[in-house]
Amino acid sequence: MGWNWSFAADVFPILLQGLVVTLQLTVLGSLAAFSLGLVLALLLRGPRPVAVVVRGFIEFVRSTPLLVQVFFLFYVLPDIGILIPAYWTGVIALGLHYATYTADVYRAGIDAVPRGQWEAATALSLPRSRVWTGVVLPQAIPRVLPALGNYVISMFKETPLLIAIGILDIVGQAREEGGRFFSYDEPYTIAGLLFLALSYPASLLVRRLERRVGTV
Amino acid sequence: MENIGTFVQVLLRGVPETVIATLGGIALTIVLSFIAGLALLSPSRPVRVISRIYVEGLRGTSEVVQLFWIFFALPLLVGFQIVPIWAGILVLGLNHGAYGAEIVRGAVQSVPRAQYEGALALSLTPAQRMRRVILPQAVVEMLPPFNTLFIQLLKGSALLSFVSINELTYLADQVLRPNFGPDLPLVYFVLLVFYLLLALVITAVMRMLESAAAARLGRTPSARSRTSAKTTAGVA
Repeated sequence: MGWNWSFAADVFPILLQGLVVTLQLTVLGSLAAFSLGLVLALLLRGPRPVAVVVRGFIEFVRSTPLLVQVFFLFYVLPDIGILIPAYWTGVIALGLHYATYTADVYRAGIDAVPRGQWEAATALSLPRSRVWTGVVLPQAIPRVLPALGNYVISMFKETPLLIAIGILDIVGQAREEGGRFFSYDEPYTIAGLLFLALSYPASLLVRRLERRVGTV
Repeated sequence: MENIGTFVQVLLRGVPETVIATLGGIALTIVLSFIAGLALLSPSRPVRVISRIYVEGLRGTSEVVQLFWIFFALPLLVGFQIVPIWAGILVLGLNHGAYGAEIVRGAVQSVPRAQYEGALALSLTPAQRMRRVILPQAVVEMLPPFNTLFIQLLKGSALLSFVSINELTYLADQVLRPNFGPDLPLVYFVLLVFYLLLALVITAVMRMLESAAAARLGRTPSARSRTSAKTTAGVA
């Protein structure tokens, strides 16, 4: 056996196609996680019973494997009448799982807005919606960007488990190609290097951003 | 609903492998975290560089890819295969050890400089400084983030179902999925509860260690270390 360069050259473009799927899933999953996480963060500040239920939900989702959640959604969604392709089930699972992390990121960001800002907004008798959209969130969001960025990178590396529900992302393609020729070194090694080539520069970028905006 | 007893019985058979993989992974994670974490602080540049390559290399590639690589690519390259459960432990430990290294490095750096200077003034050797002064204080800081990391590792053990290790998720897949089609949402919900309970055990143990380590330093567990456990949760 051993390393075969011409096979490596053959699988490379196929893996790139898979990488595009992985990136799409990451972007869509991140958008879902960012918006849903904000909703959860706001609910955590709501009336006590709501906050308790939301906190319980967050801890439950966080303490259990994404893979099992993917299976759960994959079988429960059709049961409740939501018939969507596996691809979207994957996006929902990623979004939901990571929303429980981003919720706490937003919470920390909102808590870090100085009390004086709230008091000033009250003194100006701004309506509640304006306090949030005009005063609190514009200050909270920039400071949480690095933390959100880190979660995007984590999600990017976790999307391959969606091969469990038949999604052909980069690892799915590597598995198919490797199985076809019974030669796994090239596809999996290249897949790993492609992950590294994207996530390492991304993490350096996040670190730079961290230095610029400070951490919460 | 009437099948729930069967689900629990079948899944209970997967608990040992999940626990073995998780505990083995945790043990390897602790060892690698300390070796790589202290190496990141080493005065020797080559040592720092090697450790940095390990940390960034393992954090930068996906855990699933690492798993498949060790299971399918490595045997073709070296000509033999590692016993599956050991390979599983190896992947979990190598991957999470890279994250743990940063925890160790950060905690050691967070020990006030005066402690280091004090130890120097008492003319303790470098090993004594580290073992008797710096580490006991750093360990208290490490425990909350390690708690999060170990739960992350427990969650990662579900990926071992991809390589046919008889753990919880694999049993649900192989034994329950073919036989209980209409009940699958319930099957996977019960499975989630299993993982939740295991995660709660990890947290309970870590809380105990935390208060023991703090008591050893003559501190009561600080409110700060508890909240920081929450905010650093799951930085994977």
